[in-house]
Amino acid sequence: MAADSVKDVVLSPVFKNNPIALQVLGICSALAVTNSMSVSLVMGLAVIAVTACSNLFVSLIRQHIPSSIRIIVQMTIIASLVIVVDQVLKAYAYEMSKQLSVFVGLIITNCIVMGRAEAYAMQNGPVMSFLDGVGNGLGYAMILLVVGFFRELFGSGSVFGFTVLTPVQDGGWYVPNGLMLLPPSAFFVIGLMIWVLRSIRTEQVEKAEYRIVANSKAKIKESV
Amino acid sequence: MGIRNTLDKLEPHFHQGGKYEKFYALYEAVDTIFYTPPDVTKSTAHVRDGIDLKRIMITVWLCTFPAMFFGMYNAGLQANMAIGDGFGALSGWREAITMALAGSHDPGSIWANFVLGATYFLPIYLMTFVVGGFWEVLFAVKRGHEVNEGFFVTSVLYALILPATIPLWQVALGITFGVVIGKEIFGGTGKNFLNPALTGRAFLYFAYPAQISGDSVWVPADGYTGATALSAAAQNGMGAVQQAYSWWDAFLGFIPGSVGETSTLAILIGAVVLLITRIASWRIMLGVFVGMALTAMLFTTIGSNSNPMFGMPWYWHFVLGGFAFGMVFMATDPVSASMTDRGKLLFGLLIGVMTVLIRVVNPAFPEGIMLAILFANLFAPMIDHFFVQANIKRRQKRDAAYSTATTEEAT
Repeated sequence: MAADSVKDVVLSPVFKNNPIALQVLGICSALAVTNSMSVSLVMGLAVIAVTACSNLFVSLIRQHIPSSIRIIVQMTIIASLVIVVDQVLKAYAYEMSKQLSVFVGLIITNCIVMGRAEAYAMQNGPVMSFLDGVGNGLGYAMILLVVGFFRELFGSGSVFGFTVLTPVQDGGWYVPNGLMLLPPSAFFVIGLMIWVLRSIRTEQVEKAEYRIVANSKAKIKESV
Repeated sequence: MGIRNTLDKLEPHFHQGGKYEKFYALYEAVDTIFYTPPDVTKSTAHVRDGIDLKRIMITVWLCTFPAMFFGMYNAGLQANMAIGDGFGALSGWREAITMALAGSHDPGSIWANFVLGATYFLPIYLMTFVVGGFWEVLFAVKRGHEVNEGFFVTSVLYALILPATIPLWQVALGITFGVVIGKEIFGGTGKNFLNPALTGRAFLYFAYPAQISGDSVWVPADGYTGATALSAAAQNGMGAVQQAYSWWDAFLGFIPGSVGETSTLAILIGAVVLLITRIASWRIMLGVFVGMALTAMLFTTIGSNSNPMFGMPWYWHFVLGGFAFGMVFMATDPVSASMTDRGKLLFGLLIGVMTVLIRVVNPAFPEGIMLAILFANLFAPMIDHFFVQANIKRRQKRDAAYSTATTEEAT
C-alpha cells in the first residue's frame, strides 16, 4: 500500500474501482438525491468533503486509536464532520439544504465514508488518506452526476435547471417521463451504467455461475 | 418443398465458421416458423409429448384472438358512438383508411366499427412486434440463444392491454423496457421472474400516468373525455356505473377500456381453450377468482360511508377493468408464476386479494390487477420455496416414523 501513487489513489476509485458501480455501496442516497443535477452536485461535494476530511483525521490519530473501540472513534469523527457540512449548507445554501433534507445527515450512514476510514485511513499516512477520500468521493459524485443528468433530462427535460427538451406543458414537444422522477428509476440508470462500465472494462465482470452454450443446436448436429 | 430446399441450402452459412454465423438465431427463427424443429431426443428415457414451447406459445397466442377481434370491434364502436354523439372524428391517415374501407362512422355497422378499431390496434401491434422483435433478435444474436415463439405471446398480450389512443412512441418505449429489463437481462425466456408484457405496461403506467393510469376513458374521438367504469365507481359509487352500463354490457364488453380487456366473455372463450389444453393452470385462475370474490365480499360486508368502492360486488369486480384478462392470460404465465400445485393456488389468491385491495382501498390507482400480478410474481419463488420445504419436512418425518417402526419390529 505504501507504493500507491497519487494519481492511482485519486483516479482509480473513479473508473477502476468505483464505490457505487463496482462495490455497490452508498446506493440509498444515490437513489434519493439524483432527481436533479444541482442537488446531485451538492450532495457529491458534501460526500467528497466528509470522506476526505474523515480519512485525514482518522489517519492522523490512527496510532492512538485502541483497536477495540476504533469504529466508535471513526463514527465520532464522521458524525462531527457531517454536522459541520450540514450546518454550512444550512447557512449558505438554505434552499439546497431543504431539498437534500435528511440525506446530508445520512451521509454518516454512507458505507463509503466508513469503509474508506476503516480500509484505508487506518493503514496509511494522512496525505494519502486524504487523497483517497477525495478519490472515492469523486467516484461517488461522478455516478451521482451521471444518474442525475439522465433523470433530470428525461424526467423534466432540463439540465442543471436549464430547459433542454421543452416539455409539452410549456408548448414544447417533449413528454416528460414521470418514472424518471421517482427514486426507483435510479436503480435502472445505475444498473444500466454498471452494464456499460463492465462491458468496457471486462475485468470488473464477476465470474459467471453458468453459461448458455452458443449456437447449441448447431453443435449437436456436428457431433452426430 | 421449395422453402425447405432454400432453407437447407442456406443453413451451412449460419453454422459455426459460416459467413453469417452471427445471425444463426435469425435463421433458426425463420426455419421454425415454417417447419417443426428437427431436434429429437436421442437418449433412452424421455417424456413423449407432442407439446413443446412452440405449440404452447402459439396456442396462447390463438386464444387471445376472440378478445383481440372483439377488442378491435369495440374500440371502433366506442369511437363511433362518441362521434355519433357529436364529438369530431380525429383526422389523419386513420380517418382516411376508415373512410376508404367503411365509408362512414355508423356505430350500427359492424364493419365500420371493426375497421376503425383496427386502424388503432394494428399499428400498436405492429409497433410492438417490430420494436420488441428487434430487441429479441439483437439479444439472441449477441447471446447465442434462439428467438422463440414466446415473443408472439408477449407482444400480443402487451398490445391488448394498451388503450387504443396511446401514442405509438410510448408503445415502442414500453415494449423496449418490458423485453430488455423485464426479460432479456435476466437471460431471456424461461429466466424472467416478471411478466415482460406487464413490466412494459407498468413502465408506461408510472412514466406517463396522465395518459394511461386508468382514470379517464380511452376513446379515439376528438375532445371526448370521461371516467372509466372503475374510476366512476370510485368517485360516485356503484349507482353511477350501473346507470351508464348494465352488467351484461360489461360482461360482453361494450364498455370503453384497453383494447383486449373489455369483453369478459371473449376472454373466457380463450380461457376455456387454455384450460382444456391444460396450458394455463386452473389452480392459478381459481385462486385469483376466489381471492377476488372473497375480498370483495368482505368489503361489501364491511361497507363504508366515505369510500364508494367498498360497495362494488364481486361480480362487478369480475367484469370491469382488466381483471378477467389478467386472471386468464397474465397470472397464468408459467415462467413468472409459482411452480408447485399448492403454490399456484396461493399465488392466485394473493393476486385476487391484492387486486381488490388496490382497487378499493388505494385512492391513487383505480385499477389494481397489473400491480397485483407483478407483486405476486415477486413472491412466486418464495411461495414455491415454502411449499417445497414443507413437503421435504413432511416426508422426512414420515420416513423417520417408518424407519423407527421397522427397526422396532426387527428387534
